[in-house]
Order: sequence, then structure tokens, then C-alpha cells
Amino acid sequence: MKPGSVAIVGAAETTELGTIPNTSQLELHCDAALNALQDAGLTPRDIDGVATAGESPTALAFHLGITPTWVDGTSVGGCSFMLHVRHAAAAISEGLCSTVLITHGESGKSNVGRSPFRMVSPLSQQFEAPYGPVGPPTLFTIPALRYMKTYGIREEQLAMVAVIQREWAAQNPRASYRAPISIEDVLGSRMIAYPFRMLMCCLVTDGGGALILTNAARAKQFPHKPVYILGTGESVETPMVSQMEDFTTSKAFRVSGAKAFAEAGITPRDVDHLMIYDAFAHLPLYGLEDLGFCERGAAASFIWERNTAPGGKLPLNTNGGGLSYMHSGMYGMYALQESVRQLRGTAAAQVPDARVSVAHGVGGMFAASGTVIMSNQEP
Amino acid sequence: MVPVPTPETKPFWQGTREGLLRLQRCDACAHVYFPPRPFCPRCAGRAVTWFTASGRGSLYSYVIHHRPAPGFEPPYSIAVVELEEGPRLMTNIVECPQTPEALQLDMPVEVVFRTLTDEIALPLFRPAQTAVEVNP
Repeated sequence: MKPGSVAIVGAAETTELGTIPNTSQLELHCDAALNALQDAGLTPRDIDGVATAGESPTALAFHLGITPTWVDGTSVGGCSFMLHVRHAAAAISEGLCSTVLITHGESGKSNVGRSPFRMVSPLSQQFEAPYGPVGPPTLFTIPALRYMKTYGIREEQLAMVAVIQREWAAQNPRASYRAPISIEDVLGSRMIAYPFRMLMCCLVTDGGGALILTNAARAKQFPHKPVYILGTGESVETPMVSQMEDFTTSKAFRVSGAKAFAEAGITPRDVDHLMIYDAFAHLPLYGLEDLGFCERGAAASFIWERNTAPGGKLPLNTNGGGLSYMHSGMYGMYALQESVRQLRGTAAAQVPDARVSVAHGVGGMFAASGTVIMSNQEP
Repeated sequence: MVPVPTPETKPFWQGTREGLLRLQRCDACAHVYFPPRPFCPRCAGRAVTWFTASGRGSLYSYVIHHRPAPGFEPPYSIAVVELEEGPRLMTNIVECPQTPEALQLDMPVEVVFRTLTDEIALPLFRPAQTAVEVNP
């Protein structure tokens, strides 16, 4: 894909976020889809490509009355939507379809209309599950102590990630948690899995979001300012966190990030606004380093010195992130939504003159990664 | 959760039942790897051989889980150990307090086996008790 040849022309989240007990998961997808279609001034009949994760693209297309000529059901965890954007951009460029709808919906908290079957791979079943992990808080967090020992990172610095993201959330009326918190509050919150305390772990909520992409040549016909795709990246590393090559850096992050920047032809210095999927407080540290915004081991100090805070030089997770905004389970869609809002100039905590935004996602427990670099300027 | 062996991992679980920690080594490139598979993940060679590992390693990283879980008494460690032979594996560190003070990264550990069923014994690790011979 040539940088800027495909654009996001529709973007919306579900009407409500948080606790949505009367809506099943598929309808969260459709609520977000209908909102995004309205945002773009389109109807389901205008869509000829669909991509989703967590539900089957078949169910989505049927339910919305779409007959697609291009389908993507890539499902590698919470960053799947970044990969969908990448695949959709390639498909549109290749002429496989013209207008793609990407949806996410998840009844993560209320658990309404959700498939009860959770796949555990036979290798994880034998070599991780017997040791008592209970979901992401006990698996995603395992590399952190090695990272902290390697770079001399203190628990206070980990806590600061959550404190600053709450500062962003305070400016966002849609954020789940908005009351200011201190380092003492974070370190005094309930221990979940040492060194991770409750306020270092993401929320569990219901919600969804949807995006509509088309060829940049027609992007200006739509009601809102187009957001051009400059570059994208993706990779996977391992389905078992215990088998990560190096616990202080994510190979999938490095490969995905480097690919996206090379494709966009820009460097981290050119970025005005950044979203890094923060399922837990250590994720922004890995993301800042693995994408090249900081030297290895320098991200915690970078955050501590308020570079990513309101008024800082690199606004990060400006919706409040998975730690304070919302986290339905596959958060990548909300990172993309915030990037679009920032580039349209409609964010709750708007970054002045934001021109280039990066949304970087993680899937599984450092298992997969996707990166999307966007701009409101036609390259 | 009791591990359900696949045909390819059966020799590993037969080993743990006999008190042996078994790994695979590539005949062609000598790479030692885990989890088990019938080919070398480094060079793709299909000629690989099971061997018995030393059972010694060091604590690479961990969390201490403080919430209830079936079959576990919190707090308990969920750890990754780096074996002397190179591979890392998830485990629990046992026979020591489940505290950050007692669980120091890079401390030497050694394998012990906990019988779960007639078929399955799980490799766990404890702080190394065997005196390590150091040349003066």
C-alpha cells in the first residue's frame, strides 16, 4: 500500500460504554457498526468488505445484511483490529473491495450473548495452565519483574503509568474512572499478582467500536475529515508468555512497529500523538521502547518526567487507556478510535495540532502485535 | 488442571512420572528446546533426541498470585525458570515462603516432582539444596 492511499472515513464506538447488561455481544458489534455507518453517511449496502474478531465475520455480515466480496476473520487477540486495518488497506489498494467495515463488540463485563467456549491450546494446557494462572493478570504480568530488575525500575515508576493515565481520563466524560489517583493510591490498592496491584490492571467493561475504510481518492466526499493510513505493521511471537524470547522486550512489538514506520517513511520524532494498548501498567513501557520512542530501559523515566502527561511532548493514551477509560477484553479498537478522534480534532482531551498518530496494539500475552500510523494530512 | 499429553509430548510426561526432566536436542545443530515437538525449531531438522536434563536452573521471572484459584492456596508464585540447558519453562517455586524476599531473581533452583494422578507428575522447582561444587 502506498502511504495515504486508504483512509478511515467512518469511526464510532457503541452508544454506551461500561456496563451494558441488556445488549448481547453481537448487538454491541452492530450498534458500533450502525454508529460508524451514520458517521460516514453510509448504509450497510455500501459495504463490500467486513472484518471482525471475537465474533465470526459471517455472523456480522448476515446480521447487518451485508454481502461482502472480501472477508477477514483474523483473530489474534486485542490487536486484531490493527491487523484488520492493515489487511483492509491492502485489499482496498488491490481492488478486492472498496469500502470495509471493521467491528469490535464485547460483553466483557456483563457476559451477555458471549460464546462460552474459550480455546486453550494443547501446549498451554500442558505447560502453563497446571501452574495456576487465572487469566491475563497472572500471565501478561510475568515478564515484568525481569524487566524491572534489568533496568532498575521501581514499583513507584510502574504506579506512575496509572497515575498519569488517570489524569487523561479526568478530561474524558466517557471514561469509566475519572477521579485523580496518587502513587500511594496505586501502591495501596489490593495486590492482585505481585508486583501488580489492582490499579495497575485494566478495567473490565462492555462496549464496542467500528471503523469504515475506503480509497483515499473518495475520502473527501464523506462528512468528516479523512484520517489517512500512512503505514501499518503486524507480527506474532508466541502463544505462551513463558516462551517469549526476551522478557524485557517484545519481538512482535519491534517487528510490527519497525514495519509500520518504514512503510510510512517517518520516525518516532514525527509523531504527535500515541496510543499504546495498556492492558497492564508495564505495556506502555515496552511499547515506548520497542517502537523506538525511548532507549531500552528509559521509558519509565520518560513517563515519570511527565513527557506523556497532559502538556507533555508525547501525549500517550489520551482517552485514559485500558487502565481508566474502558477495556472490554479486546481493547485495540478503542486505541484506534482515540487516534481518529485526535486527528479529526474531536477528542475529549484534544492534543493541539495533532497531525500524526500511532495506535499500537498487543494481542494475547505479548503473543501478537499490530501498529497503525495515521495522519489527517494527505501525504 | 491436569496436563493432557499429546503423542508428541508423551515422552516428557513419562519422564516426569519417573522423576526425570526430559528435553529434546537437535541431532544436526545441537539446539536444545522446549516445549516438545518432533522437529528442531531452529533448523527444522526432524532428527531430534530426548535426553535427561540436569533439573537445575535459575529463577527468570515470576508473579505472586494473591487471589483464589482452584487447587491453589494464595499467595503462590507462578514462575518461569531458565534451565541450565537453555530452555525456559513455567512452573511454581515451592518449599519456600511465597514472598519477594524469598524469591530473588536469578537464584538457583532445582526440580522436584509433584504427583497429580497415576499418569501425571508435574515438574516444580525449589531453591537449590544441592551444594554446588566450586573449584577453589
